[in-house]
Amino acid sequence: MDSLNALLAEKLRVLADDEVVLAQRLSEWVSYAPILEEDIAIANLAQDELGHAQVYLELKRALDGVDPDREVFFKDPLEFRNAVLVELPRGDWAYTMVRQYLFDLYENLWLQEAQGSAYPPLAEAAARLYKEERFHLKHASTWVERLALGTEESHARTAKALEELWPYARQLFQPLEGEAALVEAGYVPDLEALWPEYEERARGFLQGLGLFLPEKGYVPKSRSEHTEHLWPLVVLMQSVARWDPEAQAW
Amino acid sequence: MVKLRIGHPEDPDYQERLEEFEARIARGEKIEPGDWMPAEYRRQLIRMISQHAHSEVVGMHPEGAWILRAPSFRRKLILLAKVQDEAGHGQYLYHAAETLGVTREEMLEALLSGRAKYSNIFNYPTLTWADVGIIGWLVDGMAIKNQTMLAQSSYGPYSRAMVRICAEETFHHKQGKEAVLLYAKGSRKQRQMVQDALNRWWWPTLMMAGPHDTDSPHTPLLLRWGIKTKTNDQIRQEFLNEHVPELLDAGLEIPDPHLRYDEKTGNWIHGPIPWDEFWKVIGGEGPMNRHRLETRRRVHEEGRWVREALEAYGRRRLAQAAD
Repeated sequence: MDSLNALLAEKLRVLADDEVVLAQRLSEWVSYAPILEEDIAIANLAQDELGHAQVYLELKRALDGVDPDREVFFKDPLEFRNAVLVELPRGDWAYTMVRQYLFDLYENLWLQEAQGSAYPPLAEAAARLYKEERFHLKHASTWVERLALGTEESHARTAKALEELWPYARQLFQPLEGEAALVEAGYVPDLEALWPEYEERARGFLQGLGLFLPEKGYVPKSRSEHTEHLWPLVVLMQSVARWDPEAQAW
Repeated sequence: MVKLRIGHPEDPDYQERLEEFEARIARGEKIEPGDWMPAEYRRQLIRMISQHAHSEVVGMHPEGAWILRAPSFRRKLILLAKVQDEAGHGQYLYHAAETLGVTREEMLEALLSGRAKYSNIFNYPTLTWADVGIIGWLVDGMAIKNQTMLAQSSYGPYSRAMVRICAEETFHHKQGKEAVLLYAKGSRKQRQMVQDALNRWWWPTLMMAGPHDTDSPHTPLLLRWGIKTKTNDQIRQEFLNEHVPELLDAGLEIPDPHLRYDEKTGNWIHGPIPWDEFWKVIGGEGPMNRHRLETRRRVHEEGRWVREALEAYGRRRLAQAAD
């Protein structure tokens, strides 16, 4: 594998890890949502995110031959390269919806650009994923709006979630080491160039709901950085797959 | 709101209308929401449909926990889709019951206060991943037998909901069977796991069809009005005849020493069912009764502020629209 493909494989792993971990957090709501309709919706979101991870890992498999199930269900927690935003505990409904909004907006912008990728398999995949993601963003925005403009309590919970989560959204726009070469080859969008649009759109939407972006907060420095919440998430996720070393198939 | 045409026996025209109603059922016509119906028919339907809806909702929990632990992309996606279907079934069953003049809030209140029942099967724990497969194959297998029968039900909205539900349950049944067959031929630990799950779920599954016909007080009336078209024992027999040979073929042992094949009738005959346990679990003393209901209450309580926010937001939008 040449170095550009190796970088691309690493980028695909990062993209997939975000989706897998987020799907796991979303799944924690299935059968625990505040209304039955949201049990349905959140199960759907989780399936989509997981499906996206699968798409990225199949692209990666074409480059390095690694089986997506091995990649996710047998990889050590320290090898995960997801952003911290997606591994934070699910919190309350406002926390989940604000996180979803912040992530979906990022994904929308990224996928919109990635449709023009010079790596055709990625361009095709991005076009498919983008269609689903538009619904996700709509769903999350609608919820953030209802909660921000609902009761005093729901507004306060939404504001608190945003205060905590916003700095972590910044991490989504940090390129990986060597990502510049992928950008230069036209394989992936330039994250740094996407940030101003992201910030402007989020600020505009949220301010309109009486929500304000915090000035300060901790921004994780690299994709190797994690919180104490990742290990138990991964261990639980892999508990069946790893339970029987002799099992050939699940 | 549906206009209720309540048929109480003390109504002067009750007898005449009842005859007309029963004649319609005999002709295979469906009863629709605005039609005249005996109050008891309505009451039985609300009881059954809401119990059915609650079963879907409570039934999300035992399997839902395993979404987080599903061992591959494929199994995780399937289980997510399955639990999502169950929420969907709950939703349209609540809607079907609403056509009889009861609200979802009233039904939920009855569930959370413990007045309304849900399927007893969900008062058992899911101890291993194999339980998810066994539930899909056996529990959903029994559910399909029951639901296929209810798809013939005389009440239109219930019957139509069941047609759709059965189509989805068939997928649940298939994926459960596929998983169990794979593990039954798998590693030593996988085989043990799946046998253990079968041992634990076998009797509760047979009991799921309901008590013997001789002990089922509602059955005669439900049959007469076409709400049900088969008895509990008939459904149980259909289930056995289909599943016993398949389980044996898979190399699994069925935990019933008295189980035998009857050449004359072509039926598989089960041994004595532990009904004492059944009645205990129905009475609230099953391993998970308290936990399941408390979980539902907690979810309801934790979601209260969200529902309040939705209402407040709705009022605000209405007020804005009026300006």
